[in-house]
Amino acid sequence: MDFDLSEEQRMLEDSVERLIAERYGFEQRKKYLKEEAGFSRDLWRRYAEMGLLGLPFEERHGGSNGGAIETMIVMEAFGRGLTLEPYLATVILSGGLIQLAGSEAQRAELLPRIADGSLLAAWAHSEAQSRYDLCDVACSARRDADGWILDGAKSHVMHGDSADKLIVSARISGERRDRDGIALFLVDADAPGVERRGYGTQDGLRAAQITLSGVPIASRDAMGEPGKAASVIERVADCALAALAAEAVGAMAAAHETTVEYLKTRKQFGVTIGSFQALQHRAVDMLVELEQARSMALFATMMVEEPDAAERRKAISAATVQIRRSGRYIGQQAVQLHGGIGMTLEYKIGHYFKRFTAMETLFGDTDHHLAALAEAGGLIAPA
Amino acid sequence: MDLRFTPDELAFRDEVRTFFRTALPADIRRKTELGQRLSKEDTVSWQRILNAKGWAVPHWPAEWGGTDWGPVKNYVFREEMQLAPAPDPLSFNVSMVGPVLIAFGTDAQKRHFLPRVANLDYWFCQGFSEPGAGSDLASLRTSARREGDDYVVNGQKIWTSRAHHADWMFCLVRTDPKAKPQAGITYLLIDMKTPGITVRPIPTIDGEHHFNEVFFDDARVPVANRVGEENKGWTYAKFLLGNERTGIARVGASKYRIQRAKELARTIMLGATPLAETPRFREKVADIEVQLKALEITQMRVVCNARKLPPGVQDPASSVLKLKGSELQQAATEILMEVAGPDALALQPEHLWGTATDEPIGPEWGPMIAPDYFYTRAASIYGGSNEIQRNVIAKRLLGL
Repeated sequence: MDFDLSEEQRMLEDSVERLIAERYGFEQRKKYLKEEAGFSRDLWRRYAEMGLLGLPFEERHGGSNGGAIETMIVMEAFGRGLTLEPYLATVILSGGLIQLAGSEAQRAELLPRIADGSLLAAWAHSEAQSRYDLCDVACSARRDADGWILDGAKSHVMHGDSADKLIVSARISGERRDRDGIALFLVDADAPGVERRGYGTQDGLRAAQITLSGVPIASRDAMGEPGKAASVIERVADCALAALAAEAVGAMAAAHETTVEYLKTRKQFGVTIGSFQALQHRAVDMLVELEQARSMALFATMMVEEPDAAERRKAISAATVQIRRSGRYIGQQAVQLHGGIGMTLEYKIGHYFKRFTAMETLFGDTDHHLAALAEAGGLIAPA
Repeated sequence: MDLRFTPDELAFRDEVRTFFRTALPADIRRKTELGQRLSKEDTVSWQRILNAKGWAVPHWPAEWGGTDWGPVKNYVFREEMQLAPAPDPLSFNVSMVGPVLIAFGTDAQKRHFLPRVANLDYWFCQGFSEPGAGSDLASLRTSARREGDDYVVNGQKIWTSRAHHADWMFCLVRTDPKAKPQAGITYLLIDMKTPGITVRPIPTIDGEHHFNEVFFDDARVPVANRVGEENKGWTYAKFLLGNERTGIARVGASKYRIQRAKELARTIMLGATPLAETPRFREKVADIEVQLKALEITQMRVVCNARKLPPGVQDPASSVLKLKGSELQQAATEILMEVAGPDALALQPEHLWGTATDEPIGPEWGPMIAPDYFYTRAASIYGGSNEIQRNVIAKRLLGL
């Protein structure tokens, strides 16, 4: 057992942290927010040059064969900077789905384009009624002479408005919430019958509602074995949760540091407010939550590549429960300890809080994962 | 980075597990499984079995009977011991006075005391707290006046765990009343048979006798039993309190309690449904398990990181161990209490101590549940209360 990064991982960490420190100050971020896509295309190219966009892909697909630890390193730095770019949507989710379910031809065509920054992709999966049930898919795909026809509506598609390519889940058989019968399709975002309505989210990111009306899909654009996508979907959702755990830890660490700095500088009653015991204890409890979250982000990173799906899902749920609780506590306390300044949009601490809050709704909330873990028997076997 | 145990570490774990399975006497195992209190003889005989194997003080230097296991194996050993479940070696001996003597004792003191400390020939207790000086330890007033080759000790200690079993006490006394509070303190080893020492029990809310008051009335202690220099005792006490951070979380013990709670919950029927199968119970337990897993990894981070930190530098993660560790010990006993419900109610001290000759009222595990819950409230008080821990972390780690 050891927690040390390899030399290469340390270099990756250094370079990503430096990039975020130099290019993702709070004022800079405000500028990126105003760009048309809601993030910086310029930085996206920079990520590509640094090899971040192909990080988890094989070398022959323009990647560098990185694993969960490399993803953790990048996401933690992105969390610190509250980055806006569609890394989760394009690299982790779409890239992950293409790696897991894509044919060799699909991988060879798409992954290098993601890696070089020329292709943005998004996963159109959740629907208005599905909430956190990954198998609740009503969108339908029916056979056609040349391939498939898609009909339905997708909601909360992260970065769906700027994506060039969509990966759409649709039901080819069975009832609405059946595990069997779900398929994944590659769809051009500007294909006939695709309508997108983009919107900003509470945390400054972008999403879209997508309507699919009789969208024709060529057979070669089906991914994997149609009808058998459920386990791939679960696995990619787990990858996303592990990545989000690391992102959350980066954001928590930054929010905690910012708050402690504030306690040291803000004066009231003639002294710094950090000299008040009630506030000191709050800052310490935030540290406890942060360190516990960091441990569980490591756990998620280790377990996301676990071959036993049931063990993997339990571990990811457990990590998610801790991360969400820690994020909520740190976010709420950070605002409270800043007082009025914590409430303003002009100051960064509230933006961390908003990001934690948004993350709590992605791929299952705390109660959802606690129930799933409990249902699976928990982490400790009875005596 | 690899969070899994190496094959070598796994083989070691199996070796330790097998040893605990075969070497732990059946009557002691029975008591620890049920949660019954151990007698002094139980603790002594188990520590001597460990010592005969060379495992009573694995974290000491090899020269003084330790091993070269390193932090991960030491951690595995401790965890397996708690999961066995076997009694811990007496912490006052192996984690507190032993390491202080190794670091600051004279050769003569080391040669005399260390083998006896390891073998539990001498049972040590800790004379730190006083009625006026609990968490504010530096304000202690028990005095030691130098007279020839002796110190003459007067004053009172309180909350002295197991002083009624003890042969010796490591004790903080004030030797310079005029110096500032931390500066005038000396660290003495005191033979509990010294004339002028009186031990008086303080019964606790679990109905047991753990704590004592100890009175000193002109007790004469040879200067040869002073550890280190006069008036430098605070340094040695701080060394001792900073030591063994990683053991304090007691993750293995909390895991064992959770295992028990799940097991017992299968036998409690709510109508036709075992308590263990209700979503509410399962989620409550899962919630503790999540935090316990996080704490376990936090502990491993501290263990693995310890080698790399310069002396005196504290890993931020280590501050979690006492705070969260004590909270989770308490949460686990609370769950057990809720599982037992009315079956925890009957007050049956003889069954708690394993000296009963009659059948218990209710299930045989019943008598231990409530005392365990009550006593574990101490976890957030002793070793520097959790509030004091927060003050220390705020100051040292956060710079507030």
